[in-house]
Amino acid sequence: MRGTAHTRRAAGAVAAVVALAAAGCGGGGSAGGTGGAVLSSSWGDPQNPLEPANTNEVQGGKVLDMIFRGLKKYDPRTGRATDMLAESIDTSDSRNFTIRVKDGWTFSDGEKVTARSFVDAWNYGASLRNSQKNAFFFAYIDGYDKVHPAHGKQSADTLPGLKVVDERTFTVRLNQKFSAFPDTFGYPAFAPLPRAFFTDHAAWLAKPVGNGPYAVESYTKGSQMFLRKWDGYPGDDKALNGGVTLKVYTDNNTAYTDLMAGNLDLVDDVPAAQLKNVAGDLGDRYLNTPAGIIQTLSFPYYDKAWNRPGTEKVRTGLSMAIDRRQITETIFNRTRTPATDWTSPVLGPAGGYKAGLCGRACEYHPDEARKLVKEGGGIPGGQVRITYNADTGSHRQWVDAVCNSINNALGNGRACVGNPVGTFADFRNRIGRHEMTGPFRAGWQMDYPLIQDFLQPMYYTDAPSNDGKWSDGDFDKLVDRANAETDQARSVQLFQRAEEVVRDHMAAIPLWYQNGSAGYAERLSGVALNPFSVPVYNEIKVR
Amino acid sequence: MGRYVLRRLLQMIPVFVGSTLLIFLMVNVMGDPVAGLCGERQCDPATAARLKQEFGLDQPVFPQQYLAYMGRVFTGDFGTAFNGQKVTELMATAFPVTIRLTVVAILLEIVVGITLGVLSGLRRGRPVDTAVLLLTLVVISVPTFVTGLVLQLLLGVKWGWIRPSVSPDAGFGELLVPGLVLASVSLAYVTRLTRTSIAENKRSDYVRTAVAKGLPRRRVITRHLLRNSLIPVVTFIGFDIGALMGGAIVTERIFNIHGVGYQLYQGILRQNTQTVVGFVTVLVLIFLVANLLVDLLYAVLDPRIRYA
Repeated sequence: MRGTAHTRRAAGAVAAVVALAAAGCGGGGSAGGTGGAVLSSSWGDPQNPLEPANTNEVQGGKVLDMIFRGLKKYDPRTGRATDMLAESIDTSDSRNFTIRVKDGWTFSDGEKVTARSFVDAWNYGASLRNSQKNAFFFAYIDGYDKVHPAHGKQSADTLPGLKVVDERTFTVRLNQKFSAFPDTFGYPAFAPLPRAFFTDHAAWLAKPVGNGPYAVESYTKGSQMFLRKWDGYPGDDKALNGGVTLKVYTDNNTAYTDLMAGNLDLVDDVPAAQLKNVAGDLGDRYLNTPAGIIQTLSFPYYDKAWNRPGTEKVRTGLSMAIDRRQITETIFNRTRTPATDWTSPVLGPAGGYKAGLCGRACEYHPDEARKLVKEGGGIPGGQVRITYNADTGSHRQWVDAVCNSINNALGNGRACVGNPVGTFADFRNRIGRHEMTGPFRAGWQMDYPLIQDFLQPMYYTDAPSNDGKWSDGDFDKLVDRANAETDQARSVQLFQRAEEVVRDHMAAIPLWYQNGSAGYAERLSGVALNPFSVPVYNEIKVR
Repeated sequence: MGRYVLRRLLQMIPVFVGSTLLIFLMVNVMGDPVAGLCGERQCDPATAARLKQEFGLDQPVFPQQYLAYMGRVFTGDFGTAFNGQKVTELMATAFPVTIRLTVVAILLEIVVGITLGVLSGLRRGRPVDTAVLLLTLVVISVPTFVTGLVLQLLLGVKWGWIRPSVSPDAGFGELLVPGLVLASVSLAYVTRLTRTSIAENKRSDYVRTAVAKGLPRRRVITRHLLRNSLIPVVTFIGFDIGALMGGAIVTERIFNIHGVGYQLYQGILRQNTQTVVGFVTVLVLIFLVANLLVDLLYAVLDPRIRYA
């Protein structure tokens, strides 16, 4: 204790000296650190190096969201894409875009954000040479197949579809019409990068520099990151706190315990085991709000047994045999909401969410379920084996519950069993090698709040996340038309018609929408989760 | 003695090669690690192929990958983890923490375990002995993670004596409770081993002789009784050094200690061959050295045990 008192006194003395010096100089400017107190928040070790185009999971994305601002930003409440660094994005044909960057933005190291900052960053992200895991975000840009060929050597270093016009203007040419393309710009992969990223990559990775409301003060990989409010931030979403300390926890139970003991201010993932106590422990300091995540059961359409005519009846029957309401209430303590379409409530009705689009097929009707499965020729192979990875996410509990529900509805104790796979990597591996023989767990976390992102990547023929290899000409055509449509409302309508095709074939069984959860200490206020289930750090106030 | 040490060192080579090969094969048998790197979506084939090439995963596991790996290990290069950090860098942060934790655990075992063992061994059948036996029985039968979570909840949250999680610096003071949890089961065994050994040797001829010579009780116990009774205990503790370091996974997870257990857990979860094999290789080495030291200590404790 004596040590702390000493240091505090010493620090006080230094501050006094600085204050005196500042007063002596007559400088009126506020001397740094105006933001107030710093809060601490739980964090997970990012899986990949922290580069915008290489980060595909929430933990790394959290940091990018704090230290970067792109052309657009998704409103933390509505999820709508609004202009951030973009002064204007013009197009006449939904294929050629002219983008003008706002003046007055800099990176926290003082470098100006220009058109080049974007073009260089996007070229870096797309190039196969840099093996960025999110490279496919640039796949719509003309010439992507040259810098990132599916096979063979890359024949270009930069995307021919990107051109710098002047300091603040650049143009993008796409290889197909995609009217909602500008709305994807809020995704971190599209963030601008400073020169330092390219000139001294290792140093940048050790201490990333961006243009967001926070700047990285220090980063100890695997244990913690200190982020401080960046006083020179020109945006209107300035940080309302002095900074955030992200602490890595291996186990979200320990983070929750630390919150209870007063050693941590914010936990953005309340462990399943604590959901029963959380109301008593935290009261209204517990958040449980919808996020852009939907869980489904996918089917292996490369397996003939699941792809013969009539199996859509079996799939619809299975969907009707799942008592979603009961499972979300008993197993998930209402941190999931039964799904009634294939998107997410965070899109809102204007964005394409349509409650009840699935209709009776997503309701629990055991008698009808039995009838449909029978009409469809029975379960292929006589038994449904739901494959899942058993290492994370407590999937075992809900898979067992889904199977129980199916078994009860069909009146057959052996109609459905779970089929656990040891690790997530192995699970993904088997999916990639098309080794699934029955339905398998699929979770989709949106990249950007667009209905397009919930449908095209998963159900379009040969799309990157179409793990079941479902293919339907009508669906593809409707998606193409929707992408080409410049009027947003009409585009959404077309996407919903495509979604109806998914429903009629029951291409995948929607299970439930996942909520984001968080708990926080009494000294915080203004805590909210954005549609990506990440806390809106800059709006948090610390008492 | 010198020749014995040399022979033991040579024996380590096949053990080392065999165990690393086993671990290498075991990690790789779980399938393609790159498949899990891209999250719920499929890695695009070109990027996946490039990543495999970067991490050397495009070669057959045995013998190419293994030989290349071992070749690099001997130059001190343990490869790169998936998050871009050198595995040696991870080791440099993880091992000091776990070694501190192990030291705390071993010290607790030695001090508390042997003291309790001697006390109960000397008073066999008395209330003290029964109490210690009961206590150790409870400790042995309760799993470590239960002990850990209960202590964390009581001391950390309810009473606020300690912080429930250990800070990244992980100083000795912070590691006391986690060390106790980690040591608990072994500590109970050390107590019981010491107790039995002491109780047995108490009736031996050399103790009777020492007492008959009129040596003070203290000297009889420390120089004659304890020295001979400690041989099985030292064996156990020596073996335990390796076991504790590898077995710290549960304790480190509960108290959020970023040591070897944490890195191993992350490595296994992400199927990161380089991390897992690297850490296990070092653990195997520590285990072998600890065993060698135990055998050498025998000679010190009991001059009758002579080695060629």
